Amino acid sequence: MVNIIWMAMLIIGIVFAAINGNMEAVNEAVFKGAQDAVTICIGLISILVFWLGLMRIAQASGLLEALAKIMKPVATRLFPEVPSNHPAMGYILSNMTANMFGLGNAATPMGIKAMEQLKVLNGNKDSASRSMITLLAINTASITLIPTTVISIRMNYGSVNPTEIVGTTIIATTCSTIAAILIDRFFYYRRLKKGRDL
Amino acid sequence: MAWISTISIWLIPLLIMFILLYGTMKRVPTYETFVEGAKEGFGMAVSIIPYLVGMLVAISVFRASGAMDFFIELMKPALQAIGVPTEIVPLALIRPISGTGALGMTSDLIATYGPDSFIGRLASTMQGSTDTTFYVLTVYFGAVGVKKMGDALKVGLFADVVGIIVSITIVTIVFGSL
Repeated sequence: MVNIIWMAMLIIGIVFAAINGNMEAVNEAVFKGAQDAVTICIGLISILVFWLGLMRIAQASGLLEALAKIMKPVATRLFPEVPSNHPAMGYILSNMTANMFGLGNAATPMGIKAMEQLKVLNGNKDSASRSMITLLAINTASITLIPTTVISIRMNYGSVNPTEIVGTTIIATTCSTIAAILIDRFFYYRRLKKGRDL
Repeated sequence: MAWISTISIWLIPLLIMFILLYGTMKRVPTYETFVEGAKEGFGMAVSIIPYLVGMLVAISVFRASGAMDFFIELMKPALQAIGVPTEIVPLALIRPISGTGALGMTSDLIATYGPDSFIGRLASTMQGSTDTTFYVLTVYFGAVGVKKMGDALKVGLFADVVGIIVSITIVTIVFGSL
């Protein structure tokens, strides 16, 4: 599916540019897109280095395990395939907590560490396991309590009450996260029914 | 609601302090452990590059060629029929695909219609309530080298649709329409 979407975006884009006669824009877009991607990754280096270092301390001191233990009842239902005292669980929970407080910078490294552990659990295959899809679903819906970026934009444009959208955002994000979990379950059971590789 | 921004400012420093104090209490050699863990960061960031370059080039070509605008125009009537305000349609469609694109559009909508208008509030809620599905997928799977994504993209996009519908509904209920 990713292959088709990826290919289609490029081909349709090029065909459109041919029709509209703005092929120059495509050349520029190729260059710009690649440059943006590398810039983002370079920017990620500093964040990943710092948080992965800090998280190693949290792991070595047993903090992650302690966190996993507290959240066990919820987490084992969301991720039934992950053993409750597995390090993956600690990372998953740190990732979810960081997301909730709008700490995107801290959430990404923890999410990646969780993915890494889930990949080990999945026998190091290059395909996504059930738990990996669930983790992604939760992250794309990204439960947020404080949308900091939006609040600062609203302040810049002179909103009377920049934080008034916090309530609506929490409701919207909660609903979409619940929906993501349900949709994830739906696809899982559909895969089970078809007897496809899980 | 000044306490909310106070919390966000205090949270990271407190978290750092807590992890360090807890580690010291448990006799973990904090600095050495930090360096050990931090080493992984560089390689991880670099390993995401090919995935992100592939994705962003495709998205960037799709947008620059005018194809994106065409599809937005194409989908407008259908989305309007289910109650999506015309002004918000481009944002709703670009939100899962491009993070910077959506952020730019949100700022634009807020600048044009005002932060305290219906459109401004709706754009704010939509921007804040979900993350960029394509980006999250690319970065998380890219970092650990997962190439077959299974149903992950479908799940993410369906959840985005729900998020958009809920945003419109809740903003209308709380702030009243237009």
